[in-house]
Amino acid sequence: MANAAQCFAALGDPTRRRIFERLSRHPMSVGTLASGLTVTRPAVSQHLKVLRSAGLVAERTEGTRHVYRLDPRGVQVMQAYLERFWSQALAAFVKAANEEDEA
Amino acid sequence: MSSVEAVRKQVLVSASAERAFRVFTAEIDRWWPRAHHIGTSPLKRAVLEPRAGGRWYALCEDGSECDTGKVLTWDPPRRLVLGWQITAQWKFDPSFLTEVEVTFTPNGPKKTLVQLEHRNLERFGLEAAELRKAIDSPEGWGMLLAKYAEVADAEGGPR
Repeated sequence: MANAAQCFAALGDPTRRRIFERLSRHPMSVGTLASGLTVTRPAVSQHLKVLRSAGLVAERTEGTRHVYRLDPRGVQVMQAYLERFWSQALAAFVKAANEEDEA
Repeated sequence: MSSVEAVRKQVLVSASAERAFRVFTAEIDRWWPRAHHIGTSPLKRAVLEPRAGGRWYALCEDGSECDTGKVLTWDPPRRLVLGWQITAQWKFDPSFLTEVEVTFTPNGPKKTLVQLEHRNLERFGLEAAELRKAIDSPEGWGMLLAKYAEVADAEGGPR
């Protein structure tokens, strides 16, 4: 299952980000994905593997084709990420607000 | 897609509501985390323009600006609603909107309870067309304040 660090790492690559963005519009096969990108089909497959293990995309087989789509669990990962983000941000905010009081 | 639980946090600060509001907004650069910057160049300064409709953005070392969102409600010193407009693809998108509401409630002399709610997170999974529908829809979130009771006590309260 996905974790935020994995999602971040997965989306840290510009090609993977483009794949993710294209899949957010509609599900696509590897071939369709590869035709719109400057990388080879095996490379696209490799990127999809990383996105899949990060829980960001899911795969379904239609006949002989593998069709990829976004995995809604990625949204849960965003939530977990923001949970941590705001904890950290607010801890720093408290420090700033309290510091001024002592000044 | 079903709703996603909003992120809710609260902290108690040793400051008046006025000061807490000011530190949160005009002085956002003093506390905004550096590590969560989305731009390609390092963050130089975090900026929140102190007015309704104001921009909320990061000024980068290379002079570029990365928008985070905008100020939706400016009601000092009690309430602030910010639009967080960075998508799941880590990009600013003006047609994408999740809300961050922050309230400042006096809680004793020079103490203020600051409560934050980041909502509409289900929109991270929606496609653009569905997204616009969701933004226009009168329902959505709201009436979630009762849930604050569940929130664990502040991390980093006054020492």
